[in-house]
Amino acid sequence: MNYDKELDARGLNCPLPILRTKKSLGELQSGQVLKVSSTDPGSVKDMQAFARQTGNELLSTAESGGEFIFLLRKH
Amino acid sequence: METKKMALIATKGTLDWAYPPFILASTAAALGYEVQIFFTFYGLQLLRKDLSVLKVSPLGNPGMPMKMPFGPTWFKGINWNVPNAVQALVPGYETVATALMKKTIANNGVATIPELRGLCIEADVKMIGCQMTVELFGFDHADFIEGIEYAGAAAFFEFAGETDICLFV
Repeated sequence: MNYDKELDARGLNCPLPILRTKKSLGELQSGQVLKVSSTDPGSVKDMQAFARQTGNELLSTAESGGEFIFLLRKH
Repeated sequence: METKKMALIATKGTLDWAYPPFILASTAAALGYEVQIFFTFYGLQLLRKDLSVLKVSPLGNPGMPMKMPFGPTWFKGINWNVPNAVQALVPGYETVATALMKKTIANNGVATIPELRGLCIEADVKMIGCQMTVELFGFDHADFIEGIEYAGAAAFFEFAGETDICLFV
């Protein structure tokens, strides 16, 4: 899937992946898509909770080799 | 949707306990909460311009794993159960423990306290210093960062009474 911006949050731990995601979304227009990569296993639940509470849509979550890829559409 | 609010009371002044208030405040702000932190007693240390004064002490803290942040895996796995009496007698024990903790923090990709506090300020987290404890401990407002308000319990309740989440840390 296409995305408009990419955030590399690999190696960062709670709460940095969420804080950086919030900041990156701020640089996008409504409807644009952000791709986030993370190595923090806690970020899976956190990203879901972030999306639900902020109204941004979590389009997909994927895992491969200890790395998590999230696609978020800005509210 | 009405803005959610969170109030925290930060009372601890050590490097380890500096984390909960700043992690919760920065995350709540990222989720759209309006946040205030009331710093009182030892929590005032978290407002200092120079955060290198924050230390961690393993002395009398049986919950703290004492593991080395460097060396081969087998070495990192050892938990160094140093008796309290030894910890208390060795000069510089706290300084060494603090340096090791900072290394562990960096190894784990955990933010530093100055970084988290900066993110809170950037996100407009309102910080209030308890004026009574500023005087009690002989602090000077010049010891603390700019942009802090100084007030007492009544001012805290005015905001806290309207919050969705209110925690004492």
